Amino acid sequence: MTIFKKLLAASALLLLTQFAYGQTVTVATAASVRYAMDELAADFHQQYPKWQLRVVYGSSGKLTAQIQNGAPFDLFYAADMHWPQLLEKGGFAATKTQPYAVGRLVLWHPGSTQPIALDDLASASVHRLAIAQPSHAPYGLRAQQVLQAKGLWQKVQSKLVFGENIGQTAQMVKSGAAQMGLVALSLVKTPDVDPKTYQLVDASLHQPLVQGFIVTKQGEKNAGAKLFVTFMHSPKAAKVLEKHGFQTPN
Amino acid sequence: MLNLSPQDWQGIWLTLKLCCYTTLILLVVATPIAWWLARGHSLIKTLVQAIVALPLVLPPTVLGFYLLTALGPKGPVGGALVAMGLQPLAFTFNGILLGSVIYSLPFAVQPLQQAFTAMGQRPLEVAASLGAGPIARLYSVVLPLCKGGFVVAATLAFAHTLGEFGVVLMLGGSIPGETRVLSILIYDHAESLDFAAAQRLALLLLAFSFAVLFVVYGLNRRRPFGPGVKNHA
Repeated sequence: MTIFKKLLAASALLLLTQFAYGQTVTVATAASVRYAMDELAADFHQQYPKWQLRVVYGSSGKLTAQIQNGAPFDLFYAADMHWPQLLEKGGFAATKTQPYAVGRLVLWHPGSTQPIALDDLASASVHRLAIAQPSHAPYGLRAQQVLQAKGLWQKVQSKLVFGENIGQTAQMVKSGAAQMGLVALSLVKTPDVDPKTYQLVDASLHQPLVQGFIVTKQGEKNAGAKLFVTFMHSPKAAKVLEKHGFQTPN
Repeated sequence: MLNLSPQDWQGIWLTLKLCCYTTLILLVVATPIAWWLARGHSLIKTLVQAIVALPLVLPPTVLGFYLLTALGPKGPVGGALVAMGLQPLAFTFNGILLGSVIYSLPFAVQPLQQAFTAMGQRPLEVAASLGAGPIARLYSVVLPLCKGGFVVAATLAFAHTLGEFGVVLMLGGSIPGETRVLSILIYDHAESLDFAAAQRLALLLLAFSFAVLFVVYGLNRRRPFGPGVKNHA
């Protein structure tokens, strides 16, 4: 049976070339920090060439559940303080939750370069409004708070579509599947998005988007994780975060 | 022309590795099950047949969820592994490999079962009467007569694993080089609004899936796959 021989040969080859990861740090990252983290990972690798960052993206709630279920993450950069604090209480963290960035919510409407008032979201011309899942995505929860504060939550119910995380929410808006959405500033502050198509949402309408991180129990043993935490406190990292629309906490 | 990134190549390599391992394991696991199922009828066989076919109708998220809870550090399997000083299987390559084997099981068992059924007992009886032992019968009778069934089983198991998404999403956690297979990477590219990158990989998978089916059907037309499995796949 030549097919068996071929398969055997193929699998032997695969075994021989198993991934030889040297020194890696696995970072669970909230989708809102995506672009910033991609850049930070590259900068970190440049500064410490023997360390490689493996970055996993998702909603803060999902990543928390994954860490609780044994996901091999060394660090967790969340989109709020709540989720890492939950891990801290559950005994999954090696450090206290510390803030690293403050995010902002924007209303993104790629179809129009004219500013759109929040109150207009209830009008009949808006068919689909995307937000992230409030139950596990901090930016989704803030979007819900904004709509509630404005007395719009009930009125827009039938138009809401939910992204699993803020990245997927932005994807719904970008693809045109949703006309507009409440997304993270850090996801639209890129060269290919016209700044006229989004505007900042008044931050007093929602709980602050203070984003916290922890070193996990697993990451405690990883020297690269400590190195990255130190790197994230550097002025260079702060600059990258600011460039992507985050304020850095003092 | 395709302009794939190192991340994409990592995903392609990982996906091929997952598909090859899954196919190999399935051929070993599915053959005895199919053989047993093809011989006679009984209530227990019907029961096993229904269980084997479950992944065909079960939402992948259901399978993924059960696997996640079973393989995590608090689950029965994961907990036992932790107690033995090993890593729990959730969020590891071995974890998604186990998931893939279960997920693609019916795609390997069913064509083999059909091929074995179609072959019937007669050729084996003849071989036995000519003095062939069990091993000789396997190599000189079963394998050549059911070759088509094996090819179809291997191809379908491979292709079905390639298209796996829900189980890996729940059980894998999208870790680069470990569990971020192509279907997940496409999802990830789309989520990062990199539609061009998602497009490239999606096109690649589309072309590959089409080519696999085209080759299978082409072979099928030219040289029918063993008795009774002509129109499978």
